[in-house]
Amino acid sequence: MLYSALAGLAQEVEMADRLRADGKIWVVVLVIAVVFAGLISYLIRLDRQVSKLEKDLADRQRSQRSADREPTERL
Amino acid sequence: MKKYWWKALAVLLLTYVILQGLLGAVPRQPILNESIRNVYFHVPLWFGMITLMLTSMIYSIRYLRHGRLTDDVVAVEFANSAILFGILGCATGAVWANFTWGEPWPNDPKLNAVAVSMLMYFAYFVLRGSFDDEQRKGRISAVYNIIAFAVFIPLIFVLPRLTDSLHPGNGGNPAFGKYDMDNRLRAVFYPAIIGFTLLGVWITELRVRLRRMELATEE
Repeated sequence: MLYSALAGLAQEVEMADRLRADGKIWVVVLVIAVVFAGLISYLIRLDRQVSKLEKDLADRQRSQRSADREPTERL
Repeated sequence: MKKYWWKALAVLLLTYVILQGLLGAVPRQPILNESIRNVYFHVPLWFGMITLMLTSMIYSIRYLRHGRLTDDVVAVEFANSAILFGILGCATGAVWANFTWGEPWPNDPKLNAVAVSMLMYFAYFVLRGSFDDEQRKGRISAVYNIIAFAVFIPLIFVLPRLTDSLHPGNGGNPAFGKYDMDNRLRAVFYPAIIGFTLLGVWITELRVRLRRMELATEE
């Protein structure tokens, strides 16, 4: 049933041909691309912030550990 | 940023999906019209959700076997991301259904099965919130996670095929098959699945790293 429908009616199924011919679809594509770029930028920023925090935490733990190990200088 | 090749891959794949998904040629199908392109954005969310839930369950099993708290953290965060994808999947599905099936939530077995599954996973988080002790929280929620996933799979894959359903591939409908899933669709569909899944993993990884730091500073 679907096969015969496909054979005869392919051209008669309304699609956005005119929209694409007008070039208006570019507007939609650009909008979605902007949204996506914004979200990805935010994600990258978050990732960098987390990396920095991890590094600070590791540095603090390292200096804490070395401070515990070495006795403070006696003057 | 930590090892980021797979993150760059996710961004690349999803950019390709958005561009090619909207501008590329698609089969001309009645009722669906251009909305067939939702196959690139709605369906991969569900594939991603299943992958994330499976991974969550695997880490729950690991936690039960080794008792390491870090496995429990990873399990929870994968479940979190899975729920996020599930909510988005329901929302995008409702939008799509509204214009093709006539209403956003018809009384359909697969949709109801999905709703039940989502409620099960919400209950998982409520369950976790009710415990104070980390070890008990981890153990009981790990067991619940495994059971939830074991129920989830037959609920959404087996049950809808046994009864009437609107969803393609269920209830006597042909799947997105020979006539409406051709190679043009597949060329965008498969990268979309990988791209969205990787995005889910990225979000999970960030949350896990944050949680680990929280735990480290708590000590």
